[in-house]
Amino acid sequence: MAAISPFSDLASLAKALSGKAISVPELVQIFLSRIAADTTNSFLATNPEASLAMAASAQKRLDSGNSDGRPATGNGPQGFSLVGLPIGHKDIFVTRDWPTTAASKILKDYRSPFDATVVERLELAGMVGMGKLNCDEFAMGSGNTHSAFGPVRNPWDLQAIPGGSSGGSAAAVAGGLLPAATGTDTGGSIRQPAAMCGLTGIKPTYGRASRWGMIAYASSLDQAGPIARTALDCAVLLSAMVGFDEKDSTSLERPSEDFANGISEPVRGAGDPRLPLKGLRLGLPREFFSDGLSTEVRQAIEAAIAELKSLGAETVDVGLPRTSLSIPAYYVIAPAEASSNLSRFDGVRYGHRTAGPKDLEDLYCRSRSEGFGKEVQRRILIGTFVLSHGYYDAYYIQAQRVRRLVAQDFDAAFRSCDLIVGPVAPTVAWAIDAPIKDPLQDYLADIYTLGVNLAGLPAMSVPCGFGNGDHKQRPIGLQLIGRKFEEKQLLKVAHHFQRATDWHQRTPTMGASE
Amino acid sequence: MSWEIVLGLEAHVQLRTQSKIFSPASTAFGAAPNTQAHMIDMALPGVLPVMNREAVACAIRFGLAVDATIAGSSIFARKNYFYPDLPKGYQISQYEIPVVQGGAVTIVTDQGLKSIALTRAHLEEDAGKSIHEGVEGLPQGCSGIDLNRAGTPLLEIVSEPVMRSAKEAVAYAKALHSLVTWIGICDGNLQEGSFRIDANVSVRPVGQVAFGTRCEIKNLNSFRFLEKAIEVEALRQIALIEDGGTVTQETRLFDPDREETRAMRSKEDAQDYRYFPDPDLPPLVISQDWIDRVRSEMPELPNMLRERLVKHYGLSDYDASMVVASRDTAQYFSEVLASQATDAKLAANWVMGELASSLNREDLDISESKVSPSQLAGLIARITDGTVSNKIGRDVFAALWSGAFESADAAIEARGLKQIQDSGLIARFVDDVIAANPTMVEEFKAGKEKAMNALVGQVMKKSQGKANPQQVSDLIKERLSAGV
Repeated sequence: MAAISPFSDLASLAKALSGKAISVPELVQIFLSRIAADTTNSFLATNPEASLAMAASAQKRLDSGNSDGRPATGNGPQGFSLVGLPIGHKDIFVTRDWPTTAASKILKDYRSPFDATVVERLELAGMVGMGKLNCDEFAMGSGNTHSAFGPVRNPWDLQAIPGGSSGGSAAAVAGGLLPAATGTDTGGSIRQPAAMCGLTGIKPTYGRASRWGMIAYASSLDQAGPIARTALDCAVLLSAMVGFDEKDSTSLERPSEDFANGISEPVRGAGDPRLPLKGLRLGLPREFFSDGLSTEVRQAIEAAIAELKSLGAETVDVGLPRTSLSIPAYYVIAPAEASSNLSRFDGVRYGHRTAGPKDLEDLYCRSRSEGFGKEVQRRILIGTFVLSHGYYDAYYIQAQRVRRLVAQDFDAAFRSCDLIVGPVAPTVAWAIDAPIKDPLQDYLADIYTLGVNLAGLPAMSVPCGFGNGDHKQRPIGLQLIGRKFEEKQLLKVAHHFQRATDWHQRTPTMGASE
Repeated sequence: MSWEIVLGLEAHVQLRTQSKIFSPASTAFGAAPNTQAHMIDMALPGVLPVMNREAVACAIRFGLAVDATIAGSSIFARKNYFYPDLPKGYQISQYEIPVVQGGAVTIVTDQGLKSIALTRAHLEEDAGKSIHEGVEGLPQGCSGIDLNRAGTPLLEIVSEPVMRSAKEAVAYAKALHSLVTWIGICDGNLQEGSFRIDANVSVRPVGQVAFGTRCEIKNLNSFRFLEKAIEVEALRQIALIEDGGTVTQETRLFDPDREETRAMRSKEDAQDYRYFPDPDLPPLVISQDWIDRVRSEMPELPNMLRERLVKHYGLSDYDASMVVASRDTAQYFSEVLASQATDAKLAANWVMGELASSLNREDLDISESKVSPSQLAGLIARITDGTVSNKIGRDVFAALWSGAFESADAAIEARGLKQIQDSGLIARFVDDVIAANPTMVEEFKAGKEKAMNALVGQVMKKSQGKANPQQVSDLIKERLSAGV
């Protein structure tokens, strides 16, 4: 058995498996051992028996010489088979092999009788499920500090948050506990932790990924996507994850796409191979580079843009004037939907039920007060308020208007550019024990990511540097935002960027786990 | 002061679809508790609703039947409230933009036909059932929850407040019930809750334009209760106002045992349902093509048939509306006409009279009638051609009902019920009766019409009912005037 680095990307692991340098069970065992020694609190559940069983059947598939006759994902020159590759799932996806909690006490030990479509598809593609990943409770948060099962630590700097809400997904991959993970993104929950953990993550166009089996936070904003090391890995994973699902009425009927196919080609087809981005117009929204942006992040983003230009891209100034309004709009719409989505957690049929309720109202009040954490309660209260009689028009309807305006801003910007680039977050990861701030300050940290969800666009995060001074171990991510359904272009640009840079290949030096 | 009652009705009509409105579970009634609850109905984490197109087709069918506007795009909303038999904590319903808008249902009143305007009809899901007493296996004081009904598709049909009496309300409810079963979207079973009515009741002094404050009486599942509930509620409101009080807007329940309504909850503690569009369901888009397809599968509607019966067969509005009261009755009637009976009026009398009361007596549905349409047609033909009298016809009918005979002709033959054609024999009976009843003869001569009837009756008795009463009456008159 060859020495396999747990920090390898999926493409390399696939090569090792197909070249028989290692078997699937051996590979899975490496990661199971790493997970067992985790110091980041990334995992909420593992099931080694189930993982090893999947590993054994994946090995059979590999040995039989084909990937079971299904059209292989990523079968272009750059693609690879996912058979036998390990993956972890954010604990927002329901699974039969592991409990599903949404990182909430109210679902402690809950076992789903079915698998989420995304999980099912990845398993059909031959991937080996490694367990369930910590996150902010019901995906509400930007730092993974709002988990009922404790915060997740950033493997780059254990004193820092990993980002959120898919914090466990990002920390596990960054820490070499997994080569890839699923995440969900309602307002930046894939992109922001990917950025803060030095990883690549993509949120597809709303409607691409089925939400069946994804515990709903804000139904009109939630999307699933992968977090991995490279754009190529994300492209192959995303191809396997998305596609029409009749069980989700908001999933879009579009032909399946292989996002890895042609990923190395120049964006405009033929041309100088040293200038693969030639002809690409990058839009730089003024509002993404204004006062709130920290200097260290600004420097890294500007350097990344310079790199993209050196690959042939040109830049244009664009405006997204409603950027600041996307925060209040999001924090009306998302809590409104959440307040209703979370009503089913009532202590009646499953999940936490208070002891000895004196009547029905007491059962509801105490089960929910005991079961939900502070941030979830806050959003339920906000959502209940904005939907209330007499406030609905002023808040919810107004927020929907703003949502349309935000989408129109993007449409207008895309008339003069092909892609929007900017930071994912205004700062690097903050300290895990930072005193609890005004929640509004937390909400402001999502300023560059929320608009994308309001508009339903695809967007990704690509590692592009680190902070300064004390923040030298805190990664920074570049955000790429595309037109609807242009995931492929995003991934292509990210791929070319990663061929020219090595930020995505850096690994943390974790005292505790080395 | 004289008062006017103002009534608007909301009907909850369970749609006859195979599966539920947002899940693949069966809608069949009567299964063991919770055996027909899909994980979507149980609101497990991660599930999503998928619209059942069959339910939409039912709504389109209804919209076409009442000549309403069918919205090209309508919206599903969430109605949020907590209750143990509402697993999601919200009911998916249509709020601002319903699928069926406007339309009307025609009813027959003492003053003739009246068109009852509809406000809207919208699709929604039913809740489950909470069973508070006698649940097997549960200790005293525990409630059971059965989610078999959760997610059953409902069409809520809302009328304008245009009815003015309990009778009218019942006529409308019956017409609506007939219509939804006629077009096949509801099984119409009142006991099983397939058709439930809420009545909005208010009163105002006659002549006043403004509406009074209304109360809503919930969940009336029989026409009798509907009528009684409206009557007692209107009287309650009138008495309250006349005593100087005011009506408060509230929801009330009808207690059929005590024949009174009781307050359930008032407007003050009414819930704030926090309606908002359901983000899990895109707008319901209905193409003209779909509407046309549903239209092409529509049966002839009761209104059209009623008009045809009045115009072409000379039935009265009342008779025609009785015939079209249910699709089975109309079907039976059409088959009678299609056989050999040409006298539609007579056929209507028989269907509404002898047949209806026989069915009633044995609690049978018309589709289970022991006398087939063609048998009845045969009987009517014999009445029309004078073979038997209408009265003897009832005996023939009874004979057919008993199942002993294939046809009216066979029954008439076997039982010897044919009308006596021999005028000499009838004349003899008449003479005998005149001779034996001098008092009656005197009375008739003194101008008492009743005496005539008695004499005819005597003759009929003598002939064992087989004489033609008209012939008998003519003959008696002839004899007595000649004999003066």
